[in-house]
Amino acid sequence: MKGSILSFEQVTFTYVPEDEAVKPAVSDLSFSIGEGEWVALVGHNGSGKSTIAKLMNGLLFPQQGTVQAMGLKMSEESLWNIRSQMGMVFQNPDNQFVGATVQDDVAFALENNGVPHEEMVVRVRESLQQVKMADYLDHEPHHLSGGQKQRVAIAGALALRPRLLILDEATSMLDPQGRREVIETIRELREATGLTVLSITHDLEEAALADRVLVMNAGHKQMEGTPDEVFSSGEELTEMGLDLPFAMRMAGLLKQAGVPMTGESMTEHELVEELWTYYSSK
Amino acid sequence: MMEKMIFGRFIPGDSIVHRLDPRAKILFVFLFIAIVFIANNAITYAILLGFTLLAVFLSKIRLYFLINGLKPVFILMAFTFFLHLFFTEGGALLFSVGFVDVYEEGLRQGIFISIRFLVLVFMTSILTLTTSPISITDGIEVLLGPFKRIKLPVHELALMMSISLRFIPTLMDETGKILKAQMARGSDIGSGPIKERVKAVVPLLIPLFVSAFKRAEDLATAMEVRGYRGGEGRTRYRQLNWRFMDTLSLLLLVGFAGLLWYFRS
Ligand SMILES: Nc1ncnc2c1ncn2[C@@H]1O[C@H](COP(=O)(O)OP(=O)(O)OP(=O)(O)O)[C@@H](O)[C@H]1O
Ligand SMILES: [Mg+2]
Repeated sequence: MKGSILSFEQVTFTYVPEDEAVKPAVSDLSFSIGEGEWVALVGHNGSGKSTIAKLMNGLLFPQQGTVQAMGLKMSEESLWNIRSQMGMVFQNPDNQFVGATVQDDVAFALENNGVPHEEMVVRVRESLQQVKMADYLDHEPHHLSGGQKQRVAIAGALALRPRLLILDEATSMLDPQGRREVIETIRELREATGLTVLSITHDLEEAALADRVLVMNAGHKQMEGTPDEVFSSGEELTEMGLDLPFAMRMAGLLKQAGVPMTGESMTEHELVEELWTYYSSK
Repeated sequence: MMEKMIFGRFIPGDSIVHRLDPRAKILFVFLFIAIVFIANNAITYAILLGFTLLAVFLSKIRLYFLINGLKPVFILMAFTFFLHLFFTEGGALLFSVGFVDVYEEGLRQGIFISIRFLVLVFMTSILTLTTSPISITDGIEVLLGPFKRIKLPVHELALMMSISLRFIPTLMDETGKILKAQMARGSDIGSGPIKERVKAVVPLLIPLFVSAFKRAEDLATAMEVRGYRGGEGRTRYRQLNWRFMDTLSLLLLVGFAGLLWYFRS
């Protein structure tokens, strides 16, 4: 792991600090993300994931602990500087589309940061190419599918050439097709540019692609490790209301039924592979 | 009905008029509105009509399409025509039906007012039909630029306008969805006495408002995260460029005003 790009140190945050009865949305949380990593943050509804995202870019400030990003301590002064190096994509494709057309929307963050016009034109093209939406320059949002809108949102975040891309359930409102498009886009981006990604998700299948997984439970960090490590504690995850990916659940059930399964089947492809070898060797 | 209505709609195209700078077009229409009032006799009204038809021709909008789309406006126009026809006295008595007398002056006024109405509606329709809403917003923002000095929040107003335009289709979709959801629960908006119908609209509006506020909140967050902090220090992605054609169109209008002035009585 290269230098850390973002770190939380014993961060505690409460929405209603006046009221003792309200539990903190995030309590005593410490973790860090290294340059070039893909980290997935998973957890049940209300476990504090979105709150963490908001703490990362100064939409919220913690009552205790410190947030550091891009080598700067988060404060009113460093806020805009940090935000300009951090792209963020949210859940609802419609509610984050600011521009009238695709290209206007991608240019929005550039305009805000005072990038000169000639440079903007180049960067808009470039980022749209990265998400394969370059043919849609003049399209209006209501003529795009959810997956396309999310890819445009990613392009909008990329246009500023951020060091960290945060996706807060960016795929959860999409159909399977749109979800695949978006995940594929992120994978390709990482291959091409080595961008650091933090994806917040319900979907363990998406989390399985990450280098590291953080599991949140009621504001606490419950587990941390590689997808293999985290998913091997199947019971514990299910108790927290998280569903294992279909292929993994299937493998588990097959094992129970007496079919010998070697290793941890992670993807559907590997499962099929395994079943096929098992069947032909029988 | 709503589909046919062209008032405020934009039809993409590639005519000379489409390619004019939005600032030129907005200025043109505003000046034109003032100039229309110069006309006061048959010749000047004829010139006015001719000029407008020329503009329609240059914009490559089919006249039939324009007339068909402005039907509701024609009803209003017919109404004013008859109002003038029946209630303006003066000149020779042409004929009388029952207790209404129609005078020469009434007929003249009726026709003139109708032409005035027609050219105004045509010209403004040409503006909106040939200029995308976002370009109009850009044009207005730049034209109102000088008023920033007197603390008019020009940038904010323009942004508000463009975001509203952007969300119209989204909220329309949403209204449709809520409507269907309420209908599935047995709500009936299409029939019954007025009072019942108004009551049935309430359960439609409330979810719409709730969702609109949610959207606004999300959008504000998304904008802030993308570094939005007001108009200061912002650059523009959309550039307007004023070309020779734009100057020419305004000069043409001034010449036209001179012509009208010459022929007015
Ligand atoms: N604006 C707010 N005011 C008060 N409490 C809030 C607010 N936003 C969230 N909370 C509370 O903070 C806790 C964490 O919420 P958060 O939105 O971070 O969860 P999440 O993990 O993102 O959930 P989800 O999976 O539903 O998006 C929840 O108990 C929630 O009720
Ligand atoms: Mg959330």
